[in-house]
Amino acid sequence: MLEILGKTNIDFMGKRRFSFLFSGIMVVLGLIAVIQISRGAANLGIDFAGGTAVQLKFDQAIRIDEARKILEENGLANAELQEFGQENKLLIRLKTSTTLEEKVAERVVAVFTKEFPANHFVVDSSTEIGPAIGQKLQQDALIAVLISFAGIILYVAARFELRFGIAAALATFHDVLAVLGTFYVLDKEITLLVVTALLTLAGYSMTDTVVVFDRIRENLRLRRRDSEETIINNAINQVLSRTIVTSLTVVLVLIPLTLAGGEVLHDFSLALLGGVIIGTFSSIFVASPLLLLWPGTSGRLLKRS
Amino acid sequence: MKKVGGRLTLLVLVVVVSVIFFVPSYQPFYQALPDWLKKVMPSKGVTLGLDLQGGIHLVMEVDEDRAVEIAVDRSVVALQDLLVDKKIPVESITRTGPTQVTIQFQNAELKAQIQKMIDDFPTFSETESAGSANRLVWELREAEVKRIKDSAINQALETIRNRIDQFGVAEPMVQRQGLKQIVVQLPGVKEPKRAKDLIKETALLEFKMLDEDNQLKLDLPARIPKDKEAEILKQAEAKLPIGDQILFERAVEKDTGREYRIPYLVKKRVMLTGDVLSDARVSIGQFNDPYVSITFDAKGGREFERITGDNVKKRMAVVLDNTIYSAPVIQERITGGRAQITGTFSTQEANDLAIVLRAGALPAPLKIIQDLTVGPSLGKDSIEKGVQATLFAGAMVVVFMIVYYRMSGVIADFALVLNLVCLIGALSALNATLTLPGIAGIVLTIGMGVDSNVLIFERIREELRLGKAVRLAVDGGYDKALLTIVDSHVTTLITGVALFLFGTGPIKGFAVTLCLGIGINLFTALIGTKVIFDLLNQRHKVEQLSI
Repeated sequence: MLEILGKTNIDFMGKRRFSFLFSGIMVVLGLIAVIQISRGAANLGIDFAGGTAVQLKFDQAIRIDEARKILEENGLANAELQEFGQENKLLIRLKTSTTLEEKVAERVVAVFTKEFPANHFVVDSSTEIGPAIGQKLQQDALIAVLISFAGIILYVAARFELRFGIAAALATFHDVLAVLGTFYVLDKEITLLVVTALLTLAGYSMTDTVVVFDRIRENLRLRRRDSEETIINNAINQVLSRTIVTSLTVVLVLIPLTLAGGEVLHDFSLALLGGVIIGTFSSIFVASPLLLLWPGTSGRLLKRS
Repeated sequence: MKKVGGRLTLLVLVVVVSVIFFVPSYQPFYQALPDWLKKVMPSKGVTLGLDLQGGIHLVMEVDEDRAVEIAVDRSVVALQDLLVDKKIPVESITRTGPTQVTIQFQNAELKAQIQKMIDDFPTFSETESAGSANRLVWELREAEVKRIKDSAINQALETIRNRIDQFGVAEPMVQRQGLKQIVVQLPGVKEPKRAKDLIKETALLEFKMLDEDNQLKLDLPARIPKDKEAEILKQAEAKLPIGDQILFERAVEKDTGREYRIPYLVKKRVMLTGDVLSDARVSIGQFNDPYVSITFDAKGGREFERITGDNVKKRMAVVLDNTIYSAPVIQERITGGRAQITGTFSTQEANDLAIVLRAGALPAPLKIIQDLTVGPSLGKDSIEKGVQATLFAGAMVVVFMIVYYRMSGVIADFALVLNLVCLIGALSALNATLTLPGIAGIVLTIGMGVDSNVLIFERIREELRLGKAVRLAVDGGYDKALLTIVDSHVTTLITGVALFLFGTGPIKGFAVTLCLGIGINLFTALIGTKVIFDLLNQRHKVEQLSI
């Protein structure tokens, strides 16, 4: 039997002060990101903010400062440029606020055709989104997330206790905020795909938390005499090898996707990667200690056994 | 341990059905199948989203207000014609608001006479507020405004469908979304710009007479550089005769290829519109220059014959979307209901012009509010890279499971592969579309699949450590993991359903694969692998479990 961990007996709950401090910082970061996003001050993808993005693939290498210069000369200032080195790809983004004209994508293509006649290129993708659509997407995504959280709290509360439901939801919120905050600090663009990644990690983190809670529930029924802190610690230790093996496998999937999945999948996989790590951390160090902050009588769970 | 028979049959059935639906998604394998098998099997694999195979996704809004304005403008011209026919002199007839027409006249005695003419325009009503002796104000009725707006979007939908059908795109989607939006999806389009132009062009074809007498007085330049149209319009504005307008012809210098414009003074009155066309085809002229030959329907043909007969030796402009294509002199009465549209265009442009003419005009301009275009190369790139990375990642997981759980790992790997095949099969069977966020859903599902197996195996190990016999340990492991697995899957399913019901577009794609994946996962983890364990136990009386 190959084992990464033998039987462990780590006092996870005893370290909750440190973990709460760390989590507190991450949550504050995440909240700042949320506020900045709602103020429109964050690096929102054009699918949310509205605007134009054109990705061109050139035959020969192109210098980014030259590209910026010719765009400015042709009345397309404030373009954000990003290059994908080896393949001579250039991503040009223009937010709606910088230009209100129509057909921006066509203009960008025309400018490059005119200014770089020798360097042939193809349009890999172009996206133009009116601001109204972006707002609707934001709203829809928010409603969907809120409703799913409400549903999860209700379900977990029904299967366990209310405090379990709230703790699981809070831990999941914590994970989403932590990754969002990290993306904000790294000034990564927050696109619809990143939001999908956040939802995915919410699903993953919720699963992880429920697995731990499940063991806590089981132990609460079996060992009534122990203190809740001991019971929780034991439960986490018991599922620890499962937690590590699962997280490791998912990380194994995500590393190649992040490194070699192409530019479209890169940010997505990166968000998930961060999410899996923080999600594993949070089920042990956030969700479980939260139960201790709100000591229930556990009457209902005990009665059932 | 329960009887294996029923569950084994179910497992085999699921595997067979999934494989049948999965195979068409993997073309190399599908193509290798014998023909008789292809005939009975479903032929359609999973549909790839635009982000994966390239294509266009457009959300457009019909400019309804403009549709109303256009209708009012037409009535203005019709009223003008009628007044000219009845020889009633008026100073001006203008549209003074979105739905308002103001008629100014000097002779106050004419008021009653003009007032009566509203009978010919039943969609208008006279407004009380305009109590001047020299002025009448008509307003388009509320009901008519609503009708025009309603029909505008339906007509636009119909027209766009026609055009796309003729353009030739595999599996296009044209749908109404909400009250006034139209969604168009064209997967795998090779020339996105051309397709977009084709959809967006209003394509209103009109035949109008030039006002040659007055053009001389107006002293218009013979040709102007392009982009200078606005200046010319401004200069001439004050001197413009009533019922006339200036339109431009697009022309190209033969030697330099430089574009320029020729201004013409044109009578606003529309002699004939593209409504009366029955066909439009591209032909090649004697100098290898393409032109579009149009055929009128019976009514249009008679009308065209009458108009040309009345206007011999005069010039008639062929106007498309307010640009003159040509302004030939009518040599004689044209019978037979045919005409030509010549101008400076390439064969492809002529081709597209013929398509839009055949498909009919849009009732109003379209405003594109969302435009996602993915070139075929990027789509291919992202698929190739994504698939490669996913395969590699999958291989790592498979190897890891075998290293860590040995023989049991092989069983878990079987469950993973079954998961994937079922999921893709289910997506094909449901005719769902696989997008990048959908792949994200698959990744999460695989993660959960691994997790279920890990949960069960760790539990079995615990039971084995307690010294239980293999069979009891397996049963115990599954029993104890059952609740955990159900709970974790249901919570994720709640998220999935909420996202499916309330999310839009890409988020919905994610939700679909997630929900399907969770259901399939529950089956493979709780029934699929268990049957295999039970089968092994039954056949071989396993003493040592390789886990």
